[in-house]
Amino acid sequence: MTQLALIIDLNVCVGCSACVTSCKEWNTSGPAGFMSDDNPYQKDPTGTFFNRVQTYEVGEFPNTETVHFPKSCLHCEEPPCVPVCPTGASYKRELDGIVLVDYDKCIGCKYCSWACPYGAREIDEHQKVMKKCTLCVDRIYDETLPETERKPACVLSCPTNARLFGDVHDADSEVSELIRDQGGYQLMPEWGTQPSNHYLPRRKNKITIHKDELVRVDNPLNKEQKEHHKPVDGSVLDDNSFI
Amino acid sequence: MTSSVIHDPVQQPAGSIETKNTTCYMCACRCGIRVTLRDNEVRYIQGNPEHPLNKGVICAKGASGIMKQYSPARLTKPLKRKEGAMRGDSEFEEISWDEAFDIMEERLAHIRATDPKKFTLLTGRDQMQALTGMWSKNYGTPNYSAHGGLCSVNMAAGMIYSIGGSFWEFGGPDLERAKLLVMIGTAEDHHSNPLKMELSKFKRNGGRLISVNPVRSGYSAIADEWIPIKPGTDNALFLAITRELIETGLYDREFLKDYSNSGQLVNCDESSEQHGMFVRMDINDPEEGCFDHQNQMWWDRHSNAPVRTHTEGADPFLMGEFTMPDGTPVKPSFQLLKESVEEYTAEWAEDVTGIPADTIRRLAHEMGIVARDEKIELPIAWTDTWGREHQSVTGNPVAFHAMRGLAAHSNGFQTIRGLSVLMSILGTIDRPGGFRHKAPFPRPIPPCPKTPTGPEGVKPNTPLGGMPLGFPASPEDLFLDKENGPVRLDKGFSWEFPLSAHGLMQNAITNAWRGDPYKIDTMLIFMANMAWNSTMNTTGVRDMLKDKDENGEYKIPFLIVADAFHSETVAFADLVLPDTTYLERHDTISMLDRPISEYDGPVDSVRIPVVPPTGECKPFQDVLIELGSRLKLPAFTNADGSRKFRDYPEFVTNFETEPGSGIGFLAGWRGKGGEKFMKGEPNPKQWEMYEKNNCVYQYHLPVSYQYMRNWNQGYLTWAQEHRLTRYDEPINIHIYSEILQKFRLAAQGKRPGRQPPDHLRARVEEHFNPLPFYSETLEGQLTDTQKYPLNALTQRPMAMYHSWDSQNAWLRQIHAHNYMHVHPSLGKKHGFGDGDWIYVESMHGKVRCLARFSEAVEPGTIWTWNAVGKAKGAWNLSDDANESQRGFLLNHLIAEELPKNECGDHISNSDPVTGQAAWYDVRVRVYKAEDDADHSLPQFESMKVLPGMSLRRKWQGFFAGKFDKKGSK
Repeated sequence: MTQLALIIDLNVCVGCSACVTSCKEWNTSGPAGFMSDDNPYQKDPTGTFFNRVQTYEVGEFPNTETVHFPKSCLHCEEPPCVPVCPTGASYKRELDGIVLVDYDKCIGCKYCSWACPYGAREIDEHQKVMKKCTLCVDRIYDETLPETERKPACVLSCPTNARLFGDVHDADSEVSELIRDQGGYQLMPEWGTQPSNHYLPRRKNKITIHKDELVRVDNPLNKEQKEHHKPVDGSVLDDNSFI
Repeated sequence: MTSSVIHDPVQQPAGSIETKNTTCYMCACRCGIRVTLRDNEVRYIQGNPEHPLNKGVICAKGASGIMKQYSPARLTKPLKRKEGAMRGDSEFEEISWDEAFDIMEERLAHIRATDPKKFTLLTGRDQMQALTGMWSKNYGTPNYSAHGGLCSVNMAAGMIYSIGGSFWEFGGPDLERAKLLVMIGTAEDHHSNPLKMELSKFKRNGGRLISVNPVRSGYSAIADEWIPIKPGTDNALFLAITRELIETGLYDREFLKDYSNSGQLVNCDESSEQHGMFVRMDINDPEEGCFDHQNQMWWDRHSNAPVRTHTEGADPFLMGEFTMPDGTPVKPSFQLLKESVEEYTAEWAEDVTGIPADTIRRLAHEMGIVARDEKIELPIAWTDTWGREHQSVTGNPVAFHAMRGLAAHSNGFQTIRGLSVLMSILGTIDRPGGFRHKAPFPRPIPPCPKTPTGPEGVKPNTPLGGMPLGFPASPEDLFLDKENGPVRLDKGFSWEFPLSAHGLMQNAITNAWRGDPYKIDTMLIFMANMAWNSTMNTTGVRDMLKDKDENGEYKIPFLIVADAFHSETVAFADLVLPDTTYLERHDTISMLDRPISEYDGPVDSVRIPVVPPTGECKPFQDVLIELGSRLKLPAFTNADGSRKFRDYPEFVTNFETEPGSGIGFLAGWRGKGGEKFMKGEPNPKQWEMYEKNNCVYQYHLPVSYQYMRNWNQGYLTWAQEHRLTRYDEPINIHIYSEILQKFRLAAQGKRPGRQPPDHLRARVEEHFNPLPFYSETLEGQLTDTQKYPLNALTQRPMAMYHSWDSQNAWLRQIHAHNYMHVHPSLGKKHGFGDGDWIYVESMHGKVRCLARFSEAVEPGTIWTWNAVGKAKGAWNLSDDANESQRGFLLNHLIAEELPKNECGDHISNSDPVTGQAAWYDVRVRVYKAEDDADHSLPQFESMKVLPGMSLRRKWQGFFAGKFDKKGSK
């Protein structure tokens, strides 16, 4: 069974928020839209976004790590937002595992947003329905798009290629390989939600220097010695030989 | 619970779809974009997958272009300040473009006919310097400045005067092959998307990234090691590393001897007029202009005698002291470098930078060992400028990238000289895995453009007798009046800032207000927010713009502001010209300005209109063409006096730098049928050909011309043939800068010819050191650092570009207000908590703002995002918007002038070599604010909405196309 998902590589995410606004612009004018904004030019602007990036600090100076952390709906295999929905608007597709909201059934009760431990669901204050990442389902099956562009908008936009898209149930897919090779992990597995999105952890590259490799015998400083030296002053044996 | 789905998640809404390719302009990266329109509204902006620069990616700003296009902050009508209204009160009336042009034509024609320097043109982040510079030159005013002096001229000048190129659009790190990348003082800046792409691949290939920065944000988050350096001390680090590399023999001797002036012998006779100059074979050669005569000398190791530089079979000593046949004591440049870094031990540097000595040594070892032991060899044959054929290109895979953290200090030029020397002794210039140039670089040291040298270069009704900005090679190239003072309003190219290659925009208003060096009449400000974030001493400058003399006239009589949006500066205009957005106009990203070249060859690009102009907006380029035609400036006028160009596109197609030169704004598809490039006759279909080709022209150099270009005969001949440069001489790296020494000798009174005024001699002598040296910043030296112990910095966030983006409904949800980020120890010491209101105070002023604790900043530094804070009501934001009430601008406590000192009462707060604005030199203290503080300070009178601006909605639901835009007022 196919389970489409995103891999977010925290090793290369620089927190630029390209994914945040690419998602917004794609979806606000698409079937998942509109995505409203309250106070767009006033105090405390707030609007519907499917993907947000938060930046965390870990540790204390000088050993601080800064982590840029994008988060959108993780399209769980056991999505808690589905069984709690009173109208059946919240559903997981058999075809590809994408979790969606049927806007025409949704009554905006927000029960799903209480059930989701990841905070992935928001009510759109003006359309009055619950909204979340659709994995750009309207792009990935759109045959009018070139094949290379049948991907979520966030994946296409990401300048560091920190977002990868594929089938995590296909052992041979790029995303499955990355999860295996690089220790891809799930968020809060203790909730039993089996999130399909995985995160790849940080990897540090170090250089080891061996002391005895530092200064070579064959060394450019040697070339600064004169090839021949000036004659020495004073007595030498050669002058004083009797033969 | 399965039941059939009613709302179809896949069905695209109805509407007629059209796509067009153009070039983004949400920042100065200039990525290729593909714009999708639905029913003629902008529906989607994605990176163009076929564009060489960004290859389909796009950043947060680019993806928010829709909100830029439809922003309520847009100006859509020409405006004039009402009769009797005060400047700054935003009392404007709509006028027609005809009236606007008539006003400008009359005023500018009068100035041009009497005293052209009374007109000054200042442009901000426009990337249109090819046009604005050429226009100013034609007009005949010396007072033209783009943003560079305000921004990072040190980065350009420091490296150009050393290696003939620099970072960002001039060159950069070859991350495809580098193994170690040291990124210094970098936030996130143009050439941003390509760098992001390359960084990611670099890390995934096992590359090691070291970030040297007082703050760990942005890119530094993914660094393998963070070096939290104290601001303004980076040269201490570079010089200590250089010292360690020399001591351990980890420098690339083979590279230095051939490709730099390391072996060239310097006259060490202190009593000589030529002290500190190279000894040369033919002493009667004319002064070096912008090419290398190659008549310097080496001391050959084999024959133990002096020979001409680069003599076949000779091998120079890089160290030692020698005596010429005529008795002159000489030392090779490298020996002088070694002596000058002797005092810069790692222990000394630890005290200055805050970085442990062991770490400094280890960094040196990492760089040296990777450069020495992980050499790359590419099977590329090439011929050098001395006729030797090489079978391969060698690379030492240590790369660097640096930005304003180095440049925006008064010691930045020498710091960047220090970095250039370090990069050179590691043998990484224009080599694989190291630093690579981008066309039109490398250029000669220094590049050829020169300003006029005296007041005779400025004449009524005459084009300027030189370029408006240039690269002086000696004191004779300075732009001085008969009293040895400046001709330019901003005092550029004077003894105060001799190598001010990009001008000093940050001082223009203050100097004009004070009438020092003289009063002007009209200031035209294009896309520069000089009454807010693009200025220091913001409160003071705003008052200067409104200040009147004893006759009741404004001290700066006439202000024209051209902008697309309602910036803080617009309120101060007498005349407002509404510019189009980037989606509504033609534009060129030209080889004559700052193109988007790749490492392997020149690239230029264009913008084409995707949607028609809004309201009465007119592209500023068309405004200049119209004005230039009305004023009958030579470039825009035929011999018979008739108008030459209808509009900007026609200008671009047909303009040549000289009649018949074949060089124009665009390099691609030249020649009658578009078969030529770089040089060729105008092609009437040139715009069409760009449009058909993703708006970009890319040329791939033959592989054997792609590396070692400073000394690559094939490349240099190609560059000469295609009219990039005049000379095909080698561009040897200046480890030792004889150019700087000329200025030093003038200051010491040893050199005949022009010399600085007495009060500047000591300053020029100290700072025109031919070798990089460490000095504390000028402001730091004049500050009571017991009272003001902290450094205060700003950096640009990835999702905002200067002040442009607060009017963007989506981007401001990422940054609605800025905090001052401080280490928690400051809160403990001064009794405030995370999120409290605090005062930040310098000797010039103070602001009140919100504190945010952070462990990702070195404890002696505090920082904030630049330009997020706004003035009340600006950018059509409501009076209670976060930007003005909770956000703040640090600029209020930075001064554009230093406190009185022995060099003068009003010396600019900038680098004494280049005039670079010293933003990050400021020292501050912090303390808790009042308990009832609830907004930031200072506050300003609310800016009014202007005629032609649209209303703000209370909410919006953007949906492109025929269906109603959702939202209510």
